[in-house]
Amino acid sequence: MLCENCQQRPATLHFTKIINGQKNEYHLCEQCAKEKGEMFSYDDSGFSFNNLLSGLLNFDPIKNGHQVITSPDQLRCKTCGLTFSQFKKMGKFGCHDCYNYFEPQLEPIFRRIHGNSQHIGKVPHRSGENIKIKREIVQLKEQLQRKILAEEFEEAAKLRDQIKALESKLSERRG
Amino acid sequence: MGLDRFVNQAISEWMKGNGPESDIVISSRVRLARNLKNYPFPTLATDSQAISVVEEVRKALDQREMKNISHFELIQLEDMTELQKRVLVEKHLISPNLAQDSRKGAVVLSENESISIMVNEEDHLRIQCLYPGLQIYDAWKMASRIDDIFEAELDYAFDEKRGYLTSCPTNVGTGIRASVMVHLPALVISGQINRIISAITQVGLTVRGIYGEGSEALGNIFQISNQITLGQSEEDIIENLYGVVKQIIDHEKQARSLLLRDSRIQIEDRVGRAYGTLLHAKIIDSKEAMGRLSDVRLGIDLKMIDSISPNIFNELMVLIQPGFLQHYAGEMTPFERDIKRAEIIRRKLTQHSN
Ligand SMILES: [Zn+2]
Ligand SMILES: [Zn+2]
Repeated sequence: MLCENCQQRPATLHFTKIINGQKNEYHLCEQCAKEKGEMFSYDDSGFSFNNLLSGLLNFDPIKNGHQVITSPDQLRCKTCGLTFSQFKKMGKFGCHDCYNYFEPQLEPIFRRIHGNSQHIGKVPHRSGENIKIKREIVQLKEQLQRKILAEEFEEAAKLRDQIKALESKLSERRG
Repeated sequence: MGLDRFVNQAISEWMKGNGPESDIVISSRVRLARNLKNYPFPTLATDSQAISVVEEVRKALDQREMKNISHFELIQLEDMTELQKRVLVEKHLISPNLAQDSRKGAVVLSENESISIMVNEEDHLRIQCLYPGLQIYDAWKMASRIDDIFEAELDYAFDEKRGYLTSCPTNVGTGIRASVMVHLPALVISGQINRIISAITQVGLTVRGIYGEGSEALGNIFQISNQITLGQSEEDIIENLYGVVKQIIDHEKQARSLLLRDSRIQIEDRVGRAYGTLLHAKIIDSKEAMGRLSDVRLGIDLKMIDSISPNIFNELMVLIQPGFLQHYAGEMTPFERDIKRAEIIRRKLTQHSN
């Protein structure tokens, strides 16, 4: 196989990148790989990250010598029918319920990709009302703690009432 | 019809205005990935499900608040020719992904093309706002505003713990991809770029060429974007990107003034040769053209050339891409394209010089 960049020298380096679930293969000669590597500094950024992701999602039977059917692979999303092993192959979920059915397997994946697994960003207004209230309660409780430590009891009492009000609002919404 | 306008005009209206830091920052973009709760993600959706998603989006577009923002046009990808799709890709209005696999895909475009919403790409919705210069906060504010308007009408797939649920695990959480396109000739010439790129990647950002993943840094243009979408708030992500870009701008400015101090004659020579080549070349491939355009743009920024407007650079950057050339001049061999490209550059530069 010839290097896909220069089409002259034989390709000796083969990379697989999975980005947004799309698998791309690169076949390069050493010289072009080096040039490309310098251009984008793949060795300390791009490639290692993407290798990490593909290594994380792909079980490579050849590397392991034998194929082991592990139980997580048999997990299946009951809504869209996607299996966990299909997910690993495609790098993409089939529907929003996959997140529930594959839940136990996802924590380490998110940690490896994002260094984190808990969303702290924007919350949709309509469906996220409860979440907003919960977040507010957490924040108020932290403030309450500080007020108590600072012995500002009057302020603390106000915060306590606010928390109570929010909590009852939350249980009303649930009920 | 609507589509023709978006395809025929080489540069989007937004490009003509000058944003902050526009001597170094070409554009700022924020993209939000969103999905609807009641449908499988696009990869698994049937045609009829995909069509329903498009119809839901059409309904959401009808809201008064959307009309207050701009007039929007929804265009189905199956109504476009291959060439029209390619032109929209080169204008960054749709992704190569949507153009390639456009089964029941659609795109919603605002009048000045600063807002584009892809439907049934990897996710049901990809809300994108693209502004000139360094306006990443404004791009985020607008994308978030449209997100809010859509959310009033559509049931989003959202989870308390994981945030906005996306097709790919790399987008989950905020679903935000914020990127800034920068022109960094002096950092490339002075050989500092690799060090800077590796520093950037250490703070959770990535660097790519202009046409996205895997594309080369043609014309010394780099796209810097956030990598992490989970565990950071949108504001943190934007702030981080903004802070890093500000530093890069400072480095580029320093590198430019050092070049002027220590190697003025070499830079003048380089700029002059590039300008000469662009003014007189009869055959030029896109890689060389991008390189020379970058040099000329640097010359403009360093006040070595004062006869052409810096916007010509942005415009030519899009115009000389293969899809655009073909759209204007019909089907061509690569050789014919190189001739056509040289001709367009010559014409544009002489048109605009005094
Ligand atoms: Zn090669
Ligand atoms: Zn599923």
